[in-house]
Amino acid sequence: MSPALAEGPPADVLAALADPTRWEVLRLLGEAGEGTATTLAASLPVSRVAVTKHLGVLDRAGLVGARKVGREVRYRVDPRPLRDAGRRLDALAEAWDARLGRLKALAEAAEG
Amino acid sequence: MVADVIERELVIEAPAERVWALITESEHVGTWFGDVGAEIELRPGGLYRLTWKEHGTSIGRIVTVEPHTRFSYRWNAYGPKWREEPEDGYSTLVEFTLEPRGSATLLRLVESGFASLVTDDDIRTTAFDGNVRGWAAELGELQEYATRVAA
Repeated sequence: MSPALAEGPPADVLAALADPTRWEVLRLLGEAGEGTATTLAASLPVSRVAVTKHLGVLDRAGLVGARKVGREVRYRVDPRPLRDAGRRLDALAEAWDARLGRLKALAEAAEG
Repeated sequence: MVADVIERELVIEAPAERVWALITESEHVGTWFGDVGAEIELRPGGLYRLTWKEHGTSIGRIVTVEPHTRFSYRWNAYGPKWREEPEDGYSTLVEFTLEPRGSATLLRLVESGFASLVTDDDIRTTAFDGNVRGWAAELGELQEYATRVAA
């Protein structure tokens, strides 16, 4: 058990995901495999400029990767930070399961 | 969307008063939570200090005390300041809620605030532009999504 100093989930990743439009951008990219600010803006209720800004945030958090093809910048999802964040949140949840299991055992033993 | 919360619920076959005592009295908390001991000042702003043999001591500060119903504290459990007093940008909020279920108690645990922990760049500031407070969903969705995009 590593209670007090478990490594927290990456705040930058969670913060980048904490926006409905960015979440939608990721979902669209995940489904299409690849996309540009223009193609994404066509499926979203926001401007191309706004999409570009969101892509910048996702990029800095490592959630998407960009590559230039001619004059286009194409983005795709990098699943590693998502997986890592999920794993780390999961580990913290398991630590709580262990603690709460001990709490329950103690409460029920004391009642018996 | 993804939540920055951990949520757990379980039914304990004991009255809420009993569960409350186990969560708020140091002699109990020092066994199921810390393994060396705990020091608790049961009032808002009071100490919730936990000690582990292996790791040492963490300092929590109590936020809510509603006897037999709701208890919460903040701690810097993650990152470099985990031994220090909780502060904004480094702490998460841990909330216990108790609800009687006949002779048993439904215990709900929520730990929140992971997304507002300080990062070394401007992402957080940008992320919290706009209406992003109060978002919530399932952790499972994140993992499921991660698996899907990885495939």
